Amino acid sequence: MTDSKYFTTTKKGEIFELKAELNSDKKEKKKEAVKKVIASMTVGKDVSALFPDVVNCMQTDNLELKKLVYLYLMNYAKSQPDMAIMAVNTFVKDCEDPNPLIRALAVRTMGCIRVDKITEYLCEPLRKCLKDEDPYVRKTAAVCVAKLHDINAQLVEDQGFLDTLKDLISDSNPMVVANAVAALSEIAESHPNSNLMDLNPQTINKLLTALNECTEWGQIFILDCLANYTPRDDRESQSICERVTPRLSHANSAVVLSAVKVLMKFMEMLPKDLDYYGTLLKKLAPPLVTLLSAEPELQYVALRNINLIVQRRPEILKHEMKVFFVKYNDPIYVKLEKLDIMIRLASQANIAQVLAELKEYATEVDVDFVRKAVRAIGRCAIKVEQSAERCVSTLLDLIQTKVNYVVQEAIVVIKDIFRKYPNKYESVIATLCENLDSLDEPEARAAMIWIVGEYAERIDNADELLESFLEGFHDESTQVQLQLLTAIVKLFLKKPTETQELVQQVLSLATQDSDNPDLRDRGYIYWRLLSTDPVAAKEVVLAEKPLISEETDLIEPTLLEELICHIGTLASVYHKPPSAFVEGSRGVQHKRLPGSTESGESESPDTASAAAVSDAPPAVIPSQGDLLGDLLNLDLTPPTTTGPPPPASSGMQMGAMDLLGGGLDSLLGGDLGGSPAIGAGFGAPPAAMPASFSAPVSGGLDDLFDLGGGVGMPMGAYSAPKTVWLPALKAKGLEISGTFARRSGVIQMEMTLTNKAMSVMTDFAIQFNRNSFGLAPAGPLQVLTPLSPNQTIEVTLPLNTVGPVMKMEPLNNLQVAVKNNIDVFYFSCQYPISMLFVEDGKMERQVFLATWKDIPNDSEAQFQIKDCHLSSDAASNKLQGSNIFTIAKRTVDGQDMLYQSMKLTNGIWVLTEMRVQAGNPVYTVSLKCRAAEVSQWVFQSYEAVLKN
Amino acid sequence: MIHSLFLINHLGDIFLEKHWKSVISRSVCDYFFEAREKAVDPENVPPVLQTPHHYLISIYRGKLFFLSVIQTEVPPLFVIEFLHRVADTFQDYFGGCSESVISDNVVIVYELLEEMLDNGFPLATESNVLKEMIRPPNILRSVVNTLTGGSNVGETLPQGQLSNIPWRRAGVKYTNNEAYFDVTEEIDAIVDKSGTTVSAEIQGVIEACVKLSGMPDLTMSFMNPRLLDDVSFHPCVRFRRWESERILSFIPPDGNFTLMTYHISSQNLVAIPVYVKQSISFFEAGSCGRLDITIGPKQTMGKTVEDLKVTVHMPKAVLNANLTASQGNYTYDFTTKLLVWDIGKLNPQKLPNLRGSLSMQTGVPNPEENPSLNIDLKIQQLAISGLKVSRLDMYGETYKPFKGVKYVTKAGKFQVRT
Repeated sequence: MTDSKYFTTTKKGEIFELKAELNSDKKEKKKEAVKKVIASMTVGKDVSALFPDVVNCMQTDNLELKKLVYLYLMNYAKSQPDMAIMAVNTFVKDCEDPNPLIRALAVRTMGCIRVDKITEYLCEPLRKCLKDEDPYVRKTAAVCVAKLHDINAQLVEDQGFLDTLKDLISDSNPMVVANAVAALSEIAESHPNSNLMDLNPQTINKLLTALNECTEWGQIFILDCLANYTPRDDRESQSICERVTPRLSHANSAVVLSAVKVLMKFMEMLPKDLDYYGTLLKKLAPPLVTLLSAEPELQYVALRNINLIVQRRPEILKHEMKVFFVKYNDPIYVKLEKLDIMIRLASQANIAQVLAELKEYATEVDVDFVRKAVRAIGRCAIKVEQSAERCVSTLLDLIQTKVNYVVQEAIVVIKDIFRKYPNKYESVIATLCENLDSLDEPEARAAMIWIVGEYAERIDNADELLESFLEGFHDESTQVQLQLLTAIVKLFLKKPTETQELVQQVLSLATQDSDNPDLRDRGYIYWRLLSTDPVAAKEVVLAEKPLISEETDLIEPTLLEELICHIGTLASVYHKPPSAFVEGSRGVQHKRLPGSTESGESESPDTASAAAVSDAPPAVIPSQGDLLGDLLNLDLTPPTTTGPPPPASSGMQMGAMDLLGGGLDSLLGGDLGGSPAIGAGFGAPPAAMPASFSAPVSGGLDDLFDLGGGVGMPMGAYSAPKTVWLPALKAKGLEISGTFARRSGVIQMEMTLTNKAMSVMTDFAIQFNRNSFGLAPAGPLQVLTPLSPNQTIEVTLPLNTVGPVMKMEPLNNLQVAVKNNIDVFYFSCQYPISMLFVEDGKMERQVFLATWKDIPNDSEAQFQIKDCHLSSDAASNKLQGSNIFTIAKRTVDGQDMLYQSMKLTNGIWVLTEMRVQAGNPVYTVSLKCRAAEVSQWVFQSYEAVLKN
Repeated sequence: MIHSLFLINHLGDIFLEKHWKSVISRSVCDYFFEAREKAVDPENVPPVLQTPHHYLISIYRGKLFFLSVIQTEVPPLFVIEFLHRVADTFQDYFGGCSESVISDNVVIVYELLEEMLDNGFPLATESNVLKEMIRPPNILRSVVNTLTGGSNVGETLPQGQLSNIPWRRAGVKYTNNEAYFDVTEEIDAIVDKSGTTVSAEIQGVIEACVKLSGMPDLTMSFMNPRLLDDVSFHPCVRFRRWESERILSFIPPDGNFTLMTYHISSQNLVAIPVYVKQSISFFEAGSCGRLDITIGPKQTMGKTVEDLKVTVHMPKAVLNANLTASQGNYTYDFTTKLLVWDIGKLNPQKLPNLRGSLSMQTGVPNPEENPSLNIDLKIQQLAISGLKVSRLDMYGETYKPFKGVKYVTKAGKFQVRT
């Protein structure tokens, strides 16, 4: 008597048979038939052909049969919309049923039928059910609003259901509150700016009360909603924390993690010296540890989140190292996460324990895990200096095992250790060299080559070793080729006498026989360097390398802050901001941690305004692809590794940098201005350069504007306040805000660079895409000193207008690429056109008159400037500051008519007539110009200048 | 919210699908199958997968994958917890959670899934509430139903649903009123080669079977509540009371439930009940190895260790084992490379020993990894942490219930490295 009988089929054809049974008079037979239909449906068979027959069974007082029919309806109504209408009457009737179970069932099912026509009929019953006396019906109806919103958002708004839903937050029944919150959150997610969840202390209080009484799932929704609130002060924050902490002891891990999220966020507002702060820290550890004793899937999510928590507040779990020790039968995804956290928690106090464990792991079976364990040993060495020696000897032990992949990983990490502690462990080089032949992975080969090149003077047969690699040069991966090139050049600079042939060989291999542009260009640069100025070459190639930083692969602070606000969500599992991957979240709000007591006013405690800020920055240039051709030879190599910055980067960076035209120029001239990083004059590639360096010739198609320059002197031009152009979130911690100004006839780009990352930034360079007016940097970006974390620097970049021209949309759009030692970042900004008004823009009266007449009237634009209370003379003076010259003025009927002219850098003249009536704050400006495109931007400039 | 659910058996067949919103084509599971292929072992499939349009969150229970599809940002733990709850409910209803059991009860399964989730929001997940809405199958009822035309769907709204104590139904009546509690502690430990404890912690759980009439209000107090600093409770436990007095005060659900779980961390000293002396070695020449394992009692608090079992996951190269056990039986499974030694009761006078030779595949280099030993054991009448219940009182009702507390200690993930 099991349900498996429903799966048996007969010869005659299943559908036919079922049809007959469904239309049977016997109730029992009907029910059995519907069950068979459902059974077929569950395994994915198409039984939609039975739609009318099944719907006929709907009018019954047998609840089970009714439920089964409803199940069927939900699945197939979409494919049979016309038939589904047949069911509407029964639904409407059931919504009036005295039994609340049936009322709820009806409204619930109706919401699941995703057919537009049905939704119209749903509104009335739903409205009733939202006000039903029975809380069970109300809570079901609350969810139904979310369903309906998903089908037809406009309808829900028009019918006022959202307001009713908001009212339900104050419902007396906690279950209803929880469901209302859940429904509102879901709706809010698809409308990020709708401000649906209007959180204020009163609603928060209601939510906190409901939190104690509703089901576990409701608690999750409420906690997630609470996490979006920003308390007014630390007192409120503390009181919310106090009411949330009991949730840490809940059996449901999702409740626990949501509570952790709320606490982690609100903790930011508590002063650190508060006793409660310490108590709270202590309370957070046990629940996190408990999560690790749950099922592996839960452990995984918990570990990903703990990884974030440990980075933000390492003190919480610093004594809990042991719970992260790996058991051999943990699933691999748990093992890898545990390992990651172990390294983060490693400190001088527990390093011995950690190392012993890591050594144990390095002998396990799973290759991925073993590799990561070996890497972890290297990371420990770099992180805890006292342990470095022990780590190195552990690694040597592992190399002795001769297990191929262990040896290769070990060599990669030893290279990093050399970078961190130069001239300390070089004695092990001999052992490493013994394993040269067993290396078959590019990363390990590259690491080994780097070591040989770096310590060439101590390795007697360095030339032989490198030569042996050279034999199969063309079969190597790019990584190895680049490394080999650099290593041999290093060797040559160290032992010039005996390696001349070798270096010749590698340079010709790299430049003549390779079609990899990176390799070829690097080869050329070395070649040129070596042939022009060997001393400079030595200084460049053998330069002191910066030490690598202690902590590797930390998440950028700004991103971490955002992720902490998303604890427990998918974002926290992927360690990416939700905007990066959540589909359908149109413009997800960036969440920020509330400003803590010590972080200054730069962090607004108000999430709403934080969101506004994130909306403000201009769009980042969308695709790299389009730019590739346009940007002048800017090095677009992707960041080499996510792991510890490889020592190769010095060499690589070198190459990258040298590609930037001006830099090469200055290098060639032997003029090493402190840092080689200043090479940034992308704009004007020297003529002597090989073809591959020269700028793409401008298309000239849009040569609407002639190139031209202006010279002049007056001061006092208006410049707008700085706005954020490149938010730190998008640029690995580099924030750029800036503005444009015209000072003493020179267009300037004034920028503020802020380093919000953990590491020092160097090697800044800037470049523009082709733009409407040919703007280009007139000199390199002068950031001479490295930018250390949290440092801010003001930079002024003079611009000229002789760059390549391409018409942009909008006209004054400027796409900029900024490079530093980390990566290349793109942003775009708009410049006020007034900075292009040149100083000799004053037209002769006669010429003005003639030109005004000459330009046809249909290219005359007219606009109004409102709320301007300047007199005509004051306005005229103000405009003159921005190179808008008044040529003549006349007064007609109490109206001042000002005739003005201005000239753009590319020689375009703009003529205007401005009418000012005393006492009337509205100015009318008529504008004539041969290039009508500029009119609206000129108008903007008028507005900006006159109102500031 | 949770969009769809697919149940997938170990062969990779989808044998049940349920959609709470629009229907999602089962081709979405292809991404999962890809990951499943890559992971080799089913246990190693990552629980959260990203596909171009959906997220797949899965759990692996009883050789089945419960795979849910979600489309918007949802807390993954919420989904995983829910999936486990679904599996628990099947277990509870049908006494098992295998493919055959689910196919046998497919209609009830479908009704249950519909009742548990509405539009992706959990609706009723408490077993008490569910059972009032959809009655679990049993033979007698199915006979009666066939005769009378009755159904297994409850006609009225479960009362517990909306009260402040949704976990308990009203009007419970028993002739024998009884409340039993099982305190079970599992030791998770890693012991290294030399016998030193690398880490040891205790996962404790108090399971209850409460069959009391009316609305009983229970309190449970402990001799040494200070042991418990990391606890999680069933929603019925009043947290404030625990915070202030360290007393468990609650109105229990009807029937079986987990009252609380607790965790005693490695910072406390955890007693390790047995020690293991072992040597497993592989010889370069002759392609063979030796194995010698002895187990003895360590901190058993004077109780007997029972159901002792040692499992060794041997390296791939081990073909066979030729061993002698001084007590119990051993088996070696060639395909899974699992050596299982079932010892039984531990006799402190005569320590059980397993020794002999291992035959290895010839021409294969010696295994680099050392196999770990997994220990299973049970000690009755003892909670190894020392936790003891001192009192159990009932208020709110007048009858005298039968009460009982049972303790047992087990080995959880107890590993000895070699």
